[in-house]
Amino acid sequence: MSATLAKRALGRHPLGIGFVAPYVLFLAALFAYPLGYAVWMSVHDFFFAAPGAIVERPFVGLDNFSAVLSDDRVQRSFLNIGIFLVINVPLTVVLSLVLATALNAAIPWRGFLRGSFYVPYVTASVAVVGVWLFLFNRTGLVNQILGPLAPEPSWLVSEWLAMPTIALYVSWKQLGFFVLLYLAALQNVQKELYEAAAVDGASRFRAFMNVTVPGVRPATTLVVVLAIITGANLFTEPYLLTGGGGPDGASASPVLAMYQHGIEQGEPDFAAALGVILVAMVLVLSLASRKFLERD
Amino acid sequence: MAVETIPVELAAADDAPRREAPSTGRGRRIRLAVLFLGAFVFLFPFYYMLIGSLQADPDPGLAGALPNPGNLTLDNYTQINDQLSLGRALLNSGVFTGAVILGTVVFGLLAGYALAVLSFRGKGMVFASLLLVQVVPFQLLTIPLYVLIVRDYGLADSYLGMILPFAINSTAVFVFRQFFLQLPRELFDAARIDGASELKILLRIAVPLSKPALLTAVLLTFIGPWNEFLWPFLVTKEQDIQPLAVSLANYISTVSGRASNPFGAILAGACVLAAPAVALFVVFQRRFVQSNLGSGVKG
Repeated sequence: MSATLAKRALGRHPLGIGFVAPYVLFLAALFAYPLGYAVWMSVHDFFFAAPGAIVERPFVGLDNFSAVLSDDRVQRSFLNIGIFLVINVPLTVVLSLVLATALNAAIPWRGFLRGSFYVPYVTASVAVVGVWLFLFNRTGLVNQILGPLAPEPSWLVSEWLAMPTIALYVSWKQLGFFVLLYLAALQNVQKELYEAAAVDGASRFRAFMNVTVPGVRPATTLVVVLAIITGANLFTEPYLLTGGGGPDGASASPVLAMYQHGIEQGEPDFAAALGVILVAMVLVLSLASRKFLERD
Repeated sequence: MAVETIPVELAAADDAPRREAPSTGRGRRIRLAVLFLGAFVFLFPFYYMLIGSLQADPDPGLAGALPNPGNLTLDNYTQINDQLSLGRALLNSGVFTGAVILGTVVFGLLAGYALAVLSFRGKGMVFASLLLVQVVPFQLLTIPLYVLIVRDYGLADSYLGMILPFAINSTAVFVFRQFFLQLPRELFDAARIDGASELKILLRIAVPLSKPALLTAVLLTFIGPWNEFLWPFLVTKEQDIQPLAVSLANYISTVSGRASNPFGAILAGACVLAAPAVALFVVFQRRFVQSNLGSGVKG
């Protein structure tokens, strides 16, 4: 094969194929194949069998999906993600935008302040959950400070407060990342707009609402989309913070339900169908919030 | 996967030029008050983690938030070490994290370089898949990966089984590509005319020129496996091979009741687990936020 022919077939730098080959192999074996396998599993009667054993896995159509959708605990876990989003999204958007705006100026200790917001984000959730358990248990520091105002039953064991506490925890843990995100977005807001607002006699607050907030809208979209993905991925927090989604499933997440059904109870087909539904919902919600937030 | 999607955007946060008008006296005071209040809320749990890990008797009251010389002990560390063998657990975390970093640096750099600088058949498709990986939550893959890796390939309780799904961090590949795209084309062309091989150009020109940025990507890659819980939790049942995040979580959820001061022991374990990530971040913080990666991600 002549050199020109090879170039036509493989591109100007055929070596590039060699360079990406390990990565492509990785994606094919550990991303594409399992992804297809999950979908296949979700429409078959799939159960764990001894390695090497040949078992029949009959096609069952949408049976697994209807089992998932009619399961009380799964329904509750989706409701819980709704509660999570209702608390997490506004809290994250407001607090991170306020902190980013405050950071966006020549102030002393700037590096320290920015760094301190970022510490929870880089720390393992398992480690931070430990201290939250200590802070928020019945006799913990938070309740000691609240005194007679302390909720009964306490935060993590209350049917009403368990999920909101998880939402609060996740907002706190990830806020630093969103502060950085908004800080970057603030650099794209035109300075002239603030000057114009000042000339028009707008107060600081009005300038914030009319210039800053619309100016960082793409970042806000990203916050909402990432919050949806985070909610869909919740596992460590309900597993550890509320002792397996307690009380009575009031803080269970879909991924926790996936784990319980798929691995603890040995119904991987049910779990796979739940996963497919979860991803479909993530995609739909992300696209919808994009449309909603980016409309003119 | 959320954890993987997030760092991409982090790259956009550069050292902010101070564009806003200088604040007046009152505005400045409010600004500082808000920021220091925020910093307190963010840092206090870490301080409390350390204090709690040193208490002989757990003191959840207000006084417990202050160091009390009469109530200080290292027993909690001994206790958690007896339960989890911290050295072994840290070694497991290190092997898991080190292998992911190695895989990401070796194969990720090659892929990132090819995607940015070389032109070859299938490049568009590889890049499209790279972006697709970022939006599909990893959790969908956990069940089929569990079936494949644990049941079919028998890789339960092995480093390989733990590492495989994380071997190449796609976010890092994306970040590598963005860095290399920013380097001037003429540099590569000149080196090629001089007869340098592509591998040599990558190692001698592209990598040295984007060192601070590469460091950022490596740090981001570190956070993933070091903090990861769900996957290694599914793959490992033997404590001998569990990373610290998994063995500590198992301790929290099952055996903590047996310790005389379970919170002290949990918090001691938490300090050990948190320390390396926090230390790395503090050491590299300056370079971390100063490397201006903005232009690659903003558009």
